[in-house]
Amino acid sequence: MQFDLTEDQRSFQEMARNFANNEILPNAEEWDDQSIFPEETLRAGAALGFGGIYCRAEHGGSELTRLDAAIIFEELASACPSTAAYISIHNMASWMIDRFGNDDLRARVLPKLMVMDHFASYCLTEPSAGSDAASLKTRAVRDGDHYVLNGAKAFISGGGRSDIYVVMARTGEEGPKGISCFVVENGTSGLSFGAQERKLGWKSQPTSSVQFDDCRIPVENLVGSEGQGFAIAMAGLDGGRLNIGACSLGGARASLEAAKSYMAERKQFGRRLDQFQALQFKLADMATELEAARLMLHRAASALDGKHPDATQYCAMAKRLATDTGFSVVNEALQLHGGYGYLKDFPIERYLRDLRVHQILEGTNEIMRVIIARKLIG
Amino acid sequence: MKVLVPVKRVVDYNVKVRVKADESGVETANVKMSMNPFDEISVEEAIRLKEAGKATEVVVVSIGTAQSQDTLRNALAMGADRAILVEADGEVEPLAVAKILKGVIAEEEPGLVLLGKQAIDDDSNQTAQMLGALTGWPQATFVSKIELGDGSMEATREVDGGLETIKVNMPAVVSVDLRLNEPRYASLPNIMKAKKKPLDTKAAADYGVDVTPRLKTLKVSEPPARAAGIIVGSVSELVEKLKNEAKVI
Ligand SMILES: Cc1cc2nc3c(=O)[nH]c(=O)nc-3n(C[C@H](O)[C@H](O)[C@H](O)COP(=O)(O)OP(=O)(O)OC[C@H]3O[C@@H](n4cnc5c(N)ncnc54)[C@H](O)[C@@H]3O)c2cc1C
Repeated sequence: MQFDLTEDQRSFQEMARNFANNEILPNAEEWDDQSIFPEETLRAGAALGFGGIYCRAEHGGSELTRLDAAIIFEELASACPSTAAYISIHNMASWMIDRFGNDDLRARVLPKLMVMDHFASYCLTEPSAGSDAASLKTRAVRDGDHYVLNGAKAFISGGGRSDIYVVMARTGEEGPKGISCFVVENGTSGLSFGAQERKLGWKSQPTSSVQFDDCRIPVENLVGSEGQGFAIAMAGLDGGRLNIGACSLGGARASLEAAKSYMAERKQFGRRLDQFQALQFKLADMATELEAARLMLHRAASALDGKHPDATQYCAMAKRLATDTGFSVVNEALQLHGGYGYLKDFPIERYLRDLRVHQILEGTNEIMRVIIARKLIG
Repeated sequence: MKVLVPVKRVVDYNVKVRVKADESGVETANVKMSMNPFDEISVEEAIRLKEAGKATEVVVVSIGTAQSQDTLRNALAMGADRAILVEADGEVEPLAVAKILKGVIAEEEPGLVLLGKQAIDDDSNQTAQMLGALTGWPQATFVSKIELGDGSMEATREVDGGLETIKVNMPAVVSVDLRLNEPRYASLPNIMKAKKKPLDTKAAADYGVDVTPRLKTLKVSEPPARAAGIIVGSVSELVEKLKNEAKVI
């Protein structure tokens, strides 16, 4: 068992940390406040390889491991969880095309995705199919050299702005086996978007519904084979859940650091806050739980890299633990700031709002328990 | 033309340095170390010269412990072609560094040596000047702009009065200042590729240089804590205090 990062991983971490501190952190408050999607910064990151961290090198991916990605996402999220999480979604959707798409499709869409000239979205959730994603109703009907899509997706990150939509739609029977995966390019007639959602957090990225009204796409845009779509969507989510978990670790770590510095300055009852043992114990617990969640997450990432048969369960466990721990750490960090933690003058409330949704999306934490329990009980 | 870039591993600029309990120096155990920021600028400039077709090869060299390999790998990840580590333990003073570099120059025959104007650990600001003297090459120090010509270069120097542009014949020794460029981040694929680039290891003795320090450090101590400031009520009170308390006017 090896717990230390390799020399390469330390270099990735350091580079991602410098990028996060210099290019993201100084702007994160403004992006949050004014709901700015930071395209230029995303492209600057993509030039360093963040656009396709675990995509193959052939079309410009960085070809790193899931563990490398987890290390990188923690660093990016320490500056802005929302922006890091969008990069994660872009990576997940791009990887699905890279891993399961045909060579022509890959050659056509990946080069622009890798440099983030184009942005990608992942479209699974529907208004009536959230946790029960396999009950989705969007249909794709073959018509000669085309598929014709009809239906609607909800809560799509990047919706309205993304250039490439990776869409799960029904081509066959009810249930997971009747679902296929497609690439729909923005500008295709019949593709439209709802209004931008007004959200608690994740404000540096757009979210909207996506509609398909007789939306015709060429058959080459089928990713994998007919009926394989749900398996592809779930394979994407294994990695997505690791990344989201890592984003919670990063946001929580930054909050813990902020609490530590605040407590070293703030005095009450004639003493610095960090001299109260009750508060020191709180910091000790936060640091311990964060480290435990990180170990679990890195273990799950290694399992996915090693194609371990239980990788999906490990990813679900890690997503559940890292996102719950991440939220409780940022919540405690806010408490340690007293009333100031509730003000926008301090960054804690932004991290709190951003980290909350990690317990809900890419499968709610209840659904993570469903996945784990299914394995336990059979 | 080959460009030689010496780089130094120093305590990271974000670290709050602490003096060792025995006052022999600053604490470096378990402290984050990085490439000297001025050296990042010289590496960046060398890579830009290569990208512009004005240099053929960028060779980085570091004199220090085995851990200086990390610093060299970092320069390779930014885009340098090849690295040389000259292993030496303990403190190596600017004169010894310059002598070793002279040996490296004899082997490598670069057309240009780009150094940081100083290292942020000891702030000596001596190595480039000493190297210029030892090699007998022209030197341009504190450079914020480089314009390569045919067999010569125009260097813009940051001097107290403003900017000074000088022409030096090549080969030359150049020390770079902060405003020359903004160093790039090493990309993920380039970090991977850096591992496969050649890194030769040598010893100071290979260049016949004795690195024993010529200076003896008596004591390293913390700067005195800053006293609290005061708010003055008027200009005349300020002048009075500057005259009689601070005694600066
Ligand atoms: C900001 C944001 C961005 C998003 N981005 C995307 C995106 O890019 N692409 C995408 O496809 N989706 C996206 N989603 C959708 C997200 O994945 C869903 O919201 C999530 O899967 C939950 O579905 P739901 O909202 O319909 O809740 P529901 O499924 O209705 O769940 C409601 C509650 O019931 C619980 N519950 C449901 N079933 C069970 C069960 N069997 N056992 C126990 N508890 C259960 C849930 O855990 C939850 O607490 C995003 C959501 C948000 C908020």
